[in-house]
Amino acid sequence: MTKPVHAKTKALLSGNEAVARGAWEAGCTVAAAYPGTPSTEILENIITYPEINTEWSINEKVALEVVAGACFAGARCLTAMKHVGLNVAADPMFTMGYSGVTGGLMIVSADDPGMWSSQNEQDNRHYGRHAKIPILEPSDSDEAKLFTKLGFELSEKFDTPVILRLTTRICHSTCLVDLEDRKEVTIKGYAKDIKKRLVLPAHARLLHVNVEERLKKIAQYSNVFAYNRIERGKKTLGIIASGISYQYAKEVFPNASFLKLSLTFPLPEKLIRKFARKVKKIIVVEEGDPILETEIKALGIKVTGKERIPLCNELTPKVLRESFSKKQKAKTKKDTIPPRPPVLCPGCPHRGVFYVINKLKLVATGDIGCYTLGALPPLNAMDTCICMGASVTNAQGLEKALGKDFSKKLVAVIGDSTFFHSGITGLANAVYNKGNLNLIILDNFTTAMTGHQPHPGTGKLPRGEQGKRIPPEDIARGCGVELIKVVDPDNLKETEAAIKEALTFDGVAVLIFRKPCALLIKPRPPFIIDSELCNGCRLCLRIGCPAISLISPEEREKPLAVIDQALCNGCGLCVQLCNRNAIITPPIK
Amino acid sequence: MSRGIVNQNMTNIIICGVGGQGIILASNVLCSAAFLEGLDVKKSEVHGMAQRGGSVITHVRFGTKVYSPLIEEGTGNFILAFEKLEALRYIHYLKKGGITLVNEREIPPMSVLVGTASYPKDIEKKLKKHGTTYFIDAANVASELGNIRTVNIILLGVLSKFLSFKEESWEQAITENVKQRFVELNITAFHRGRHI
Repeated sequence: MTKPVHAKTKALLSGNEAVARGAWEAGCTVAAAYPGTPSTEILENIITYPEINTEWSINEKVALEVVAGACFAGARCLTAMKHVGLNVAADPMFTMGYSGVTGGLMIVSADDPGMWSSQNEQDNRHYGRHAKIPILEPSDSDEAKLFTKLGFELSEKFDTPVILRLTTRICHSTCLVDLEDRKEVTIKGYAKDIKKRLVLPAHARLLHVNVEERLKKIAQYSNVFAYNRIERGKKTLGIIASGISYQYAKEVFPNASFLKLSLTFPLPEKLIRKFARKVKKIIVVEEGDPILETEIKALGIKVTGKERIPLCNELTPKVLRESFSKKQKAKTKKDTIPPRPPVLCPGCPHRGVFYVINKLKLVATGDIGCYTLGALPPLNAMDTCICMGASVTNAQGLEKALGKDFSKKLVAVIGDSTFFHSGITGLANAVYNKGNLNLIILDNFTTAMTGHQPHPGTGKLPRGEQGKRIPPEDIARGCGVELIKVVDPDNLKETEAAIKEALTFDGVAVLIFRKPCALLIKPRPPFIIDSELCNGCRLCLRIGCPAISLISPEEREKPLAVIDQALCNGCGLCVQLCNRNAIITPPIK
Repeated sequence: MSRGIVNQNMTNIIICGVGGQGIILASNVLCSAAFLEGLDVKKSEVHGMAQRGGSVITHVRFGTKVYSPLIEEGTGNFILAFEKLEALRYIHYLKKGGITLVNEREIPPMSVLVGTASYPKDIEKKLKKHGTTYFIDAANVASELGNIRTVNIILLGVLSKFLSFKEESWEQAITENVKQRFVELNITAFHRGRHI
């Protein structure tokens, strides 16, 4: 077989890298985001293009409002977020839909079907319909780049923000992408236009009429949009699909006719009717909710979809194949394999705090980040996790329902980046409303879970320049918190004493446990177990460190602890737990 | 080990192991090599929560035209496992007659560390039921090279024996994906793996 030869202008890019490249090629000049899997690498890659003025914003609402300001100035601009981030940014998004754009405005929503790193599986294609904003859905990296560019054009042509809707398997899949040069787009400059941007009721009533007119025009355009296309195959079966579902359907139904949709809101009615006339029966292949299916059925066209394809979890070629297979699913006997959930890293500075929370049998409202892993055994030190910032406010609500005594065994646990994202408002609220909140801020100087992005507590800017640092304790002080302590979380005694002091304090207390993320510091020398002193009591296993396990030497009755020298980073937490001083620094050879 | 012949229309490779073992880098090098061979390539992986010491799986597919970035269960030509338990976890991806390359390393998951589960003892036997299985002591080779972090590229070297890519493609792929000061070390590691 002869192999195709690629031109030099192709590169292997993930969907996220491709969106960044597309923004650069399109002449985008301003971008802002808050990190969130699976969207994070979009801004991380945009940062590598010096032509784009970039910031890590404090949260997604802020990011969208910052780029909206740039849009007012006539700059092409982009913001990217994970699906739940768009909930945070929904407020400005809905009204930007009315206001429209001056420079092209792209809102990238990265959904996470299967919840690989998320708390829900919401389908953000609903948002386009709800906010009356058009949606583009790429099915691979090449389209991700192309649709980012086309999105800016659509945005300016129809005077609307555009949602680029990705999913985990687009964001984190890599394929070949055609590279092109950047085309500079001049920033139009600011011109006052209050009828467009000052959305008072009187202006908004007129803008809403525009929005409805605009949708009709885009729906017409959708019929002729080149990437909404019919691919001719057998007439007996027609598939309608978009995004990653299109790729899976191509694998499972290679001979079918396809209506491949890319501009998926508003839908191309004429094109759909044309396709329906050409094929005998239609399957709508969708991951998530039956959105295309419902709208196509509303046109009076008979289709099959979600009565076969599951609503929950991510779609895969196998799930799709089995959904339409006549054979009963063969029940294969699977081996019972111990699961391997993610764990806090060896040397993680959060471990000691969770150990103490567990030891004191506290109720802990939790939040979103690596530290949510503190909920897993053997630490079992977290009771709730709802959304960014909810640890603070959930704790206040528990106290409201159960009284002040309950707050004496209740802590709220939040990470530093999450605190800046949406913990500050909850803290001010608790102080103002005379709560007895005990807030623990796990300050590891980074947004660790998403791969170490800076935030105001670090004072670092995206390209490494020094910005202005805002220590969380200054915010607590500004909010009127009366007990504020900064504690070393690797010191178990101090950690326990500080938590006990906060629990008995009358009023809001803020404890900041400060130590850099274990992945950001040089590991200290590993500890070893003195097998003469160890009696196999298992105390050291209670901190759930992946570096510590038990082995059974033949000559001993009880298994002894052993420390994996490649994993241990020398934090010394286990040393403080051992009653027999059996955890020692290896003797110098 | 012998050099296998792989269908150039489509090759499916699962790379799996434990978060932090360098799985994503290995899959990036594999994709670059396939790309340099002029093939269509797709790869899928997961980031974020899934990476913190948890089970990690990457799908790599290459051939004349690739649609889905995900490999369907029962269609994998190869499983390259950086850890024994993880090989067992994903063995159902292997097709009949497929090849599994397994690093000898055992990393007990937290449930085993705290004593609520035990590490399976018969992994070797179970894997062999699914197809040809080779065990590789990559850590030993890596320690000879003086850097334990080369395990991933050593294992990739072992895989390379079964693929018909040119040696230059592999070396260029490593050069493109590894930090400059580690290029030489990793190319050495690759060749050590290739000649096991």
